[in-house]
Amino acid sequence: MTVRALLIPALALASLLAIFGALLLGSTPMELPRVLAALAGMADAADRTVVWQIRLPRALAAFVVGLALGGSGAALQGLLRNPLAEPGVLGVSASAALGATFTLYYGLVALSAWLVPLAAVAGALLATMLIAAAAIRTSSIVTLILIGVGLSSFAGAAMSLLMNLAPNPFSLADMINWMLGSVANRSFPDIAFSAPFIAVGLFILYAVRKGLTALTLGDEAAAGVGLDLRRQRLLVVAGTGLATGGAVALAGTIGFVGIVTPHIVRPLVNYDPARSLIPSALLAGLILVLADIGVRLLPTDIELKLGVVAALFGAPAFVWIAMQRRTISADQN
Amino acid sequence: MSDSEQRFELTVENLCVRAGGKLLVENASFSLRSGEFTALLGPNGAGKTSLLRGILGLADNASGNVRLQGQALAELDPMQRARKLSYLPQRRPLAWPSPVRDVVSLGRYAWGCAPGRLDDRDARAVRSALASCDLLELAGRRADTLSGGELARMHCARAFATEAPLLFADEPVASLDPRHKFRIMELIRDHVLSGAGALVVLHDVSLAARFADRLIWMKDGRVVADGTRAATLDASRLGEIYGVRGRVEGDRVDLEGPL
Repeated sequence: MTVRALLIPALALASLLAIFGALLLGSTPMELPRVLAALAGMADAADRTVVWQIRLPRALAAFVVGLALGGSGAALQGLLRNPLAEPGVLGVSASAALGATFTLYYGLVALSAWLVPLAAVAGALLATMLIAAAAIRTSSIVTLILIGVGLSSFAGAAMSLLMNLAPNPFSLADMINWMLGSVANRSFPDIAFSAPFIAVGLFILYAVRKGLTALTLGDEAAAGVGLDLRRQRLLVVAGTGLATGGAVALAGTIGFVGIVTPHIVRPLVNYDPARSLIPSALLAGLILVLADIGVRLLPTDIELKLGVVAALFGAPAFVWIAMQRRTISADQN
Repeated sequence: MSDSEQRFELTVENLCVRAGGKLLVENASFSLRSGEFTALLGPNGAGKTSLLRGILGLADNASGNVRLQGQALAELDPMQRARKLSYLPQRRPLAWPSPVRDVVSLGRYAWGCAPGRLDDRDARAVRSALASCDLLELAGRRADTLSGGELARMHCARAFATEAPLLFADEPVASLDPRHKFRIMELIRDHVLSGAGALVVLHDVSLAARFADRLIWMKDGRVVADGTRAATLDASRLGEIYGVRGRVEGDRVDLEGPL
């Protein structure tokens, strides 16, 4: 009881501390008084630039992306009743990344820097709309997962094709950036563009969280206790699409945090998908902020991509969760 | 059920359920009342589950009229419907190893309640459902640590916690040992004695004969008989419905083999 009551405040506090830590740490460490002065706008211009233009937006971007992916993962796991679900499973991340790489390949970036994030959101929404259309026609969750597999495969193939055809090495490097996921060089305007999508998406997911708990009983019994199944599916898919699209627009595809954090949180909230939503989002934000600090501190020639680090730790965790998986009822659907 | 509730009646008129161009339920008409234990009998594929789903408004392609106290069921939203009709489906997968109390609390979903946040009335309903199914000591246990019989009781408690005037249960005793079969049937009977009505799909004719006030017999999507045990259960019925030879004496049913 106490653990559950303290979970959200503790995670929020830890996230704040981590973001503050991100201001202190970096290739050139900055002491606390200088950071505080810069935050207050009183230090010299160089310090203010480092804090306000580089470190703070980067840390906030990592946090916001984590919120979106952790929340989406928890919601999708509740909807699909599967601890291995995440935005990637439904092909939403991959479709968003395809949208982004498409604009890069055709050099549309030159028209406006906003086109890349817009295309990512459009890709995510396109994927979610496809899935939503299928969700209206079918009650089978397996079908939705298979559609997601198809979408991911198609987006992956299309991105490979685009990379093969990339006209110059610059766009190739950009595309890799997008596919591997990173929050380096993100600015407040970048965040400001993605944040509304993420905020609306997470709000929708929060609003329908009780339905996720009802789905614990399976589709049939959930409908029996009064859940409007189609509406629930549509709203979860829409919320996930918006949040994930916004996250991919900001940082590219970062996998596995959406799988791992609900898995960690679930035992602490009595395995209730509704109550795992906020803690999962916060924990994913915290993990990405910390991971990004790690990426910046690691003495490598070329900075590691955040998405690579996330996958290095997340993928083995994914395999482990998959191997632990067992069903409670013999006739699991 | 609070005794202030007057007798509750659900009427089904010409209910048809279709799937993939096939008529699963054809022109079913009958009514169900609170305080009545009705068994729905028929061979596999007779349309029993489809009939339940059709009544509950869960079937995708259903036609006909289902009325609750004169009001068309289709006019109710899912939550309003769920407060009147509780449903224990045949397949009862549990996605997460939730504590028993939380699963039973989901019976209160239609009343706007979420596990961990029950108001007084919800808490009372959950507690009384746990008590009636002898689950108070198991309330904090994770569902994945329960035996098959305990799980069956938990799902019953979940359905009872809704305190709906009518209960629909689809093969609630399938795959239970004989003792637990009786236990679950007694729980449902007690639920009926406390004022609710129940429509229970059963494959065990002797259990149905022993517990039910009324038997509805289905075959090939049609209701072929509906009435008391004395009026509808005899050897020729067993042959007609199941294609088996059997002897019927009072509420004793002996099945002897296929016809």
